[in-house]
Amino acid sequence: MSTGVSESPHRELGLTDAEYARITELLGRDPNQVELAMFSLLWSEHCAYKHSRKLLGRLPTDGERVVMGPGENAGAVDVGNGHAVAFKVESHNHPSAVEPFQGAATGVGGILRDVFAIGARPIAVLDSLRFGELSSGRSRYLFEGAVAGIAHYGNSIGVPTVGGEVYFEPSYEHNCLVNAMCVGIAKTDEMIRSAAAGPGNLLVIMGASTGRDGIGGASVLASAELEAGDDSKRPTVQIGDPFEESKVLECCLELLERDLLVSLQDLGAAGLTSSAGEMASKGGVGLDIDVRRVPLREDDMEPFEVMVSESQERMLAVVEPSRLDEVVATCERWQTGAAAIGEITDTGRLRVLDDGVEVGDVPVNALVDECPLYDLEPQEPSGWMYGNDETLGERVALSAGRSADAGDPSAILRGLLGTPNIASKQWAFEQYDSVVGSRTARRPEAADAAVLMIPESDRAIAVAIDGNGRRVACDPYAGAVEAVLECAQNLACAGAEPLGLTNCLNFGNPEKPSVAWQLDRAVLGLADACVALRVPVVGGNVSLYNETEHGPIYPTPVVGMVGELPDPARVPGLAPGEGDRLVLVGPFSPSLAGSELAKQRGELDSGLPQPDIPPVSDALALVRELVRDGILSAAHDVSDGGLACALAEMAIAGGVGIDADLDPLVELRGGSGETCLFGEGPGGIVLAVSDADAKAVLGRAEAAGVEAVDVGVVSGERLEIAAAERDVSVAVADAERGWRALGDML
Amino acid sequence: MIGVIQFPGSCDERDAVAAAQRVGDARLVWHEETDLSGLDGVIVPGGFSYGDYLRAGAIARFSPAMEAVSRFAADGGAVLGICNGFQVLCEAGLLPGALLPNEGLRFICRQVELIAEDFSGPFGSDIAPGDRLSIPVKHMSGRYFAPDDQLNRLEADGLIAFRYAPGANPNGSVRDVAGVVNDAGNVLGLMPHPEHAVDPLTGSDDGLALFRALAAAQQPAPA
Repeated sequence: MSTGVSESPHRELGLTDAEYARITELLGRDPNQVELAMFSLLWSEHCAYKHSRKLLGRLPTDGERVVMGPGENAGAVDVGNGHAVAFKVESHNHPSAVEPFQGAATGVGGILRDVFAIGARPIAVLDSLRFGELSSGRSRYLFEGAVAGIAHYGNSIGVPTVGGEVYFEPSYEHNCLVNAMCVGIAKTDEMIRSAAAGPGNLLVIMGASTGRDGIGGASVLASAELEAGDDSKRPTVQIGDPFEESKVLECCLELLERDLLVSLQDLGAAGLTSSAGEMASKGGVGLDIDVRRVPLREDDMEPFEVMVSESQERMLAVVEPSRLDEVVATCERWQTGAAAIGEITDTGRLRVLDDGVEVGDVPVNALVDECPLYDLEPQEPSGWMYGNDETLGERVALSAGRSADAGDPSAILRGLLGTPNIASKQWAFEQYDSVVGSRTARRPEAADAAVLMIPESDRAIAVAIDGNGRRVACDPYAGAVEAVLECAQNLACAGAEPLGLTNCLNFGNPEKPSVAWQLDRAVLGLADACVALRVPVVGGNVSLYNETEHGPIYPTPVVGMVGELPDPARVPGLAPGEGDRLVLVGPFSPSLAGSELAKQRGELDSGLPQPDIPPVSDALALVRELVRDGILSAAHDVSDGGLACALAEMAIAGGVGIDADLDPLVELRGGSGETCLFGEGPGGIVLAVSDADAKAVLGRAEAAGVEAVDVGVVSGERLEIAAAERDVSVAVADAERGWRALGDML
Repeated sequence: MIGVIQFPGSCDERDAVAAAQRVGDARLVWHEETDLSGLDGVIVPGGFSYGDYLRAGAIARFSPAMEAVSRFAADGGAVLGICNGFQVLCEAGLLPGALLPNEGLRFICRQVELIAEDFSGPFGSDIAPGDRLSIPVKHMSGRYFAPDDQLNRLEADGLIAFRYAPGANPNGSVRDVAGVVNDAGNVLGLMPHPEHAVDPLTGSDDGLALFRALAAAQQPAPA
């Protein structure tokens, strides 16, 4: 008869026998229930980064403008006049796979807290989503739920969602990805760190009360593969309350402005255990916490439950005793909770008390810093390790409303524009408030990057988030380089110079050699691209074990980038004007490898052309200059679906036709007309410029040593693209109809 | 001086202050304040007051500041309700009708075209009937509703302030109504956000007309 009780409680909590032995050794005894619960969480992959920490050391983190780097709740870069922009991206994948609305909502709530935990007011959210194909009912459910959840939380709390991306690929069918990025603005001298300090100071928990929701989320959900029947894990997903967070946010910012806090930290994964442990570890101090002093939703909670609960909308602060009354009064004014639950000690130990009686006592460094780190055992897989489905014929027929020639470039273009990956995401972003805060100078799909005004320092920032997992699956190194380049290209189209980068590494089970290889190569690619572009990594997040019995997800490093620009009024959109010349700049060398077309044809395979970063970097510098000079009427980088799709998107945005001739490009790069139309790769930006300025742009490109090709003119009402006799001819209105049809697929 | 009420859960109150400050003085008014003397006009701003729990605007209407706003309006003071503020004013009985969940049952954020109607009171001072204004909407419950006979009366009495332009109705509002005024014309509520249309860089400055009208409003004389 099964009793349901494991012989090895540590295994049920996700610790290996060796890890348990190590804990016993560090404590000099067996841990009790409270201590074991705490260790199991802080030694989880999610909290300890035990399979990724060694790799992350490769990423460059230094830069002149870095105010706060990795290790704090969020990174931050200087934007002048005593202000800093804080930002971070984080995953909420497994909770969203179990319950998409609340999973995505609390993902937004969590990343917002990370940003205001360092004293920055959140001013923008971006999100990066991955689901299975929309032909799957489950994927439609997850997509709709996640978008609604993001909208619910972000809209309610009054932070605009200004950008994002979403891809639909079969590998995410059983393991969707929901990554959220938050950007905030702070006065540099009001920013705060999380290190606890000052023995005798008080530990104050603020915000919502603590309940049984989300117990074990980090270890149960985030650090193991998803399995069938995971619906039963729904109680481990937290429920978000944006109203509560709105009050806590305003309250914390007021407390910081009045200089009433010594340090501040949000409560996220692993709850009080993680937050308190990290604060103590960073400050080199100890903490005594009495769980009976924590405001509870259910008063019969066990001490370990209080210590590991992931109830949302809570913050932890260190407060000098003389300031406690003022802090509590401020929280009361904002109608949010505050309770002193413990104090800072000089013991270096985290002691848990239950109404004064000790129920746990562990050295802080054992809990936070002594988790074993593992070396990966990477091994390159022998070939394409994912599926391949031919869907082009179906797409082409769909776009034509009948069966059509799947080799006809016009039909291919219409088909590609209607794929969920390339189609307009208006259906999603119209559900997000993108204007609250009065900073949004470029809304979603108005330009390649969102542009936010920063009147505090008389400039603007551009923000973008990118990461095409399919291309990383084809070649983890090249694909990761491309993710960084894509982000930088989007920023350049807004005239922005990158200041810093945050990333979220979404991968499968790192204990499997092929996934370890993907992770290893991708981090190397990120590092090389960041070094070459001189963009420091100021923070990030790792989400491993994104895999089911159906296999791992595409390796998906998501890159978020923030750049600055002097004058938002000069940012060109995507819409060219009638009569403009179109100039393709950069070393763009299209290839069908890993492209959307290759996917639709069922021809995906390992390998991408290896990117040469310096010429891309030179092209970006030129584009930035041209944007800042205000002589461009549109700028758009070549991305999914290649040059033909980029031109189509510009024609749709402008409501005008384009007459393009790609023969010079075919001649320059070789390859077929089809490759030039639909091939993908980094380093291509299409600029629209008045006929009068076109020569000057070509001249400046030549002077800068940047390749530039005049590819056509903006005129008429059709897309006419000649490419080595593979000619496209589509009415812009027809192209637009397919491109705007995402909502019809739901 | 324009006062902008700040409830727990308000989102657009600072934006409203900044918009009003482009044409005059403005300050926040905490939801527990009851003394509105010295204010020339009041804005009940957008957002999710009290989380919009129960029903949008249903809790905020009971706040101490809203009792003061009711008196302010009764004395003839100019009151502008934007989005959640419009919902609060309807809940408080200061404006006719109600705001229901959008027809599509989803939140919608979109720049829309409004057409001004011929309406009386201080808010029409800078706007001519037939003027088209480009102003964003962003709401979950913005579908204006009133029974037919009441709508007929509103139309007959010139109390419809704004309609969505033909084809631009984003939420299923009855007769395309986007904003209404009270009988005296001193209380205006609308779903679109004029405070997010005060700078061409962020999309449009067509909303400034309402703030100019508010800035020119006279302090009410308590009865």
